[in-house]
Amino acid sequence: MSVENKKLPQSYYVPAQSPWPIVGAIALFFIAVGSGLTIMQLNNSNVSGVFLLVIGLAILFVMLFSWFKDVITESNNGLYSTQMDVSFKQAMLWFIFSEVMFFLVFFGALFYTRNLSVPWLGGASNNVMTQQILWPDFQSFWPLLKTPAGDTTQAMGWQGLPLINTLILITSSVTLHIAENAMKVNNRRKLQTFIGLTVVLGGCFLTLQVQEYIHAYTELGLTLQSGVYGNTFYLLTGFHGLHVTLGLILLVIVYARILRGHFNDQQHFALQAGSWYWHFVDVVWLCLFFLVYVF
Amino acid sequence: MDDSMYQQNDSAEHHQPSGIKRWLYTTNHKDIGTLYLGFSLLMLFVGGAMAMVIRAELFQPGLQLVEPNFFNQMTTVHGLIMVFGAVMPAFVGLANWMIPLMIGAPDMALPRMNNWSFWILPFAFAILIGSLFMEGGGPNFGWTFYAPLSTTYSNDNTALFVFSVHIMGISSIMGAINVIVTIFNLRAPGMTLMKMPMFVWTWLITAFLLIAVMPVLAGTVTMVLTDKYFGTSFFDAMGGGDPVMFQHIFWFFGHPEVYIMILPAFGIISTIIPTFSRKQLFGYHSMVYATVSIAFLSFIVWAHHMFTTGMPLAAELFFMYSTMLISVPTGVKIFNWVATMWRGSLSFEVPMLFAIAFIVLFTIGGFSGLMLAITPADFQYHDTYFVVAHFHYVLVTGALFSIIAAVYFWLPKWTGHMFNIRLAKTHFWLSLISVNVLFFPMHFVGLAGMPRRIADYALQFADFNMIISLGGFAFGLSQLLFVWCVVQCFRGGEKVPAKVWDGAEGLEWQVPSPAPYHTFATPPEVK
Repeated sequence: MSVENKKLPQSYYVPAQSPWPIVGAIALFFIAVGSGLTIMQLNNSNVSGVFLLVIGLAILFVMLFSWFKDVITESNNGLYSTQMDVSFKQAMLWFIFSEVMFFLVFFGALFYTRNLSVPWLGGASNNVMTQQILWPDFQSFWPLLKTPAGDTTQAMGWQGLPLINTLILITSSVTLHIAENAMKVNNRRKLQTFIGLTVVLGGCFLTLQVQEYIHAYTELGLTLQSGVYGNTFYLLTGFHGLHVTLGLILLVIVYARILRGHFNDQQHFALQAGSWYWHFVDVVWLCLFFLVYVF
Repeated sequence: MDDSMYQQNDSAEHHQPSGIKRWLYTTNHKDIGTLYLGFSLLMLFVGGAMAMVIRAELFQPGLQLVEPNFFNQMTTVHGLIMVFGAVMPAFVGLANWMIPLMIGAPDMALPRMNNWSFWILPFAFAILIGSLFMEGGGPNFGWTFYAPLSTTYSNDNTALFVFSVHIMGISSIMGAINVIVTIFNLRAPGMTLMKMPMFVWTWLITAFLLIAVMPVLAGTVTMVLTDKYFGTSFFDAMGGGDPVMFQHIFWFFGHPEVYIMILPAFGIISTIIPTFSRKQLFGYHSMVYATVSIAFLSFIVWAHHMFTTGMPLAAELFFMYSTMLISVPTGVKIFNWVATMWRGSLSFEVPMLFAIAFIVLFTIGGFSGLMLAITPADFQYHDTYFVVAHFHYVLVTGALFSIIAAVYFWLPKWTGHMFNIRLAKTHFWLSLISVNVLFFPMHFVGLAGMPRRIADYALQFADFNMIISLGGFAFGLSQLLFVWCVVQCFRGGEKVPAKVWDGAEGLEWQVPSPAPYHTFATPPEVK
């Protein structure tokens, strides 16, 4: 029995009471109401929504900072067993799975509009009469440059900025992988360099993405309002950009912690989680690059 | 069994806190379970009050009490509250209370996130219910928020609906991640997957479904938001989109969501029936496989909600057959429950009464579902009260009855007291009779062609609607007995031993009643 017991998890750290969850709930409340009101007030000068949104984000920032601080302190004090590390890792993987499903919605919408609804509007399947009567001038092709309503736009090419961005993101995944391997052999100097490099590459990606949006809006006339081509383009790349931003924040936190001497070759969950997340947004980008830009 | 198993952890930070902070800052799975269950009970009555408004308006033909627009808000918010505020949180509450006890874990895997998941809910519903009182009113497009009702024709407060759904989704996803990680990682040594209690199994599958489809709901509301406020045209043919695409995406979330609300119920019934039959559950393995099959099938049946949208014939046929296929694993379950009772030493305690009522009435809901699955028949039934009857049989006499059964089953474990059995039996019989008076005639008015979600109806439906409304009021009032019974049980009553029901099995019956604040600080060994 005693021999058996050594293999069992002897104690499990159940954290003491914490104020941060409910503070987080309050933050989300302000963010939800603030975002809702902001959007409802888009066409008037009322700024109460923006005000609430900013308050919400500020509370969320304080909450995340304090919550992370508590967790990091506990981790550094050695309160976490291997079992808890596994819990964290599993939770992160399931979270990434939920994100996959989120992106799947927009890829699904891209598939549906491109392969079903736009051809149907152009008279495919049994819709010949519908097209003849409703939109006789409409021609179905992808990218949808002229909508049934008559709005026109230009397509975004894949050469140029998107290709450069693809190379940047792939490189950043490689540098992050090198950093992770450096962690495993406790080569902190290399770790620090390559995490730093990844953060810089991520920053470059976002900057170029903004450039691309400006180019699309000012020169191509490709806007959020220009039919389903523009809709799927902006929602997919936009949510991807948001996720890159989130991944970048995680990596910056990891970088700051490395500077403070956190992590060792055995325990570096935050680094691993950040890295998984980064590889995930990279894979999403590759799908995006081929399905939205190239084909 | 050695006593150290139940030892409380006496270290300073683990004393039982008191006052309001206990509930606000808690990391204890039992406290959080209680919060979820209490919140869900409150929401049951809020959503129920809205149902009473609906039934009062439909008591007689013609517009009597409320404006049609307000009536639409009532049907919408009633649905949203019952789905996301009553049934789902009740199951999460039961999961919080029971899963760690059943698998011998000290708590949920991520206790602080657990608390966050809960406390998001009251705020989310405050936003949703609050929007009813704003200028322009709350959401009025049905809980399914079909485009273009929610995009072109909705009121300006739709953004608040969207963001309240967003944060409900965040809460659900975090709750589900917690459950799944707890089950995978915190089982007591020796408890292999195939030794887990059925309630744990069904919740494992449910949690997977939640993580898979709540993001889909988030994506859907996001597209509604951009269509309404930012000029996109995902659901607008003028820009190349399609309103039918909304229904595809929504029901890709919506159908697994239906099973999210029934799989834990299957788990509960699979726990209660063997206890009061004093037999092992018949066909445990087939129960597990049936649960997994139902979850898998739930992803490929969504368009049976859309038979009348004019899909290609091949799609109509595919979704008809795949839907009918679900009756196979469901039938396995019903068969196994009946076979468990076969030649058992049955006794009819209150949880057992509700469980048996569940089996009979859920089967009625299942059969009307099978009728609806037949494409040509559905052309007739679509959007009639027959559909309303169907999903209330599976959600009220199905999900809700199982939740009530679970509460009566585990309440003595939670409080240490036996509830007032006479009162509980009165509650059961009143509920059983009134719920059938409420929902059974809906089949008839539905088959006769009464459309759902409309504040007025043709004169020939008047008598049936009066009966339905009377049943509704009786069912609503009967639930007050439930509250009374639960409150009484918390305040006192006959003390119960650790093993409350003599046929009960599982780790949760090995800890004292009431269950101590901290259990299984060191994991028990399961043989």
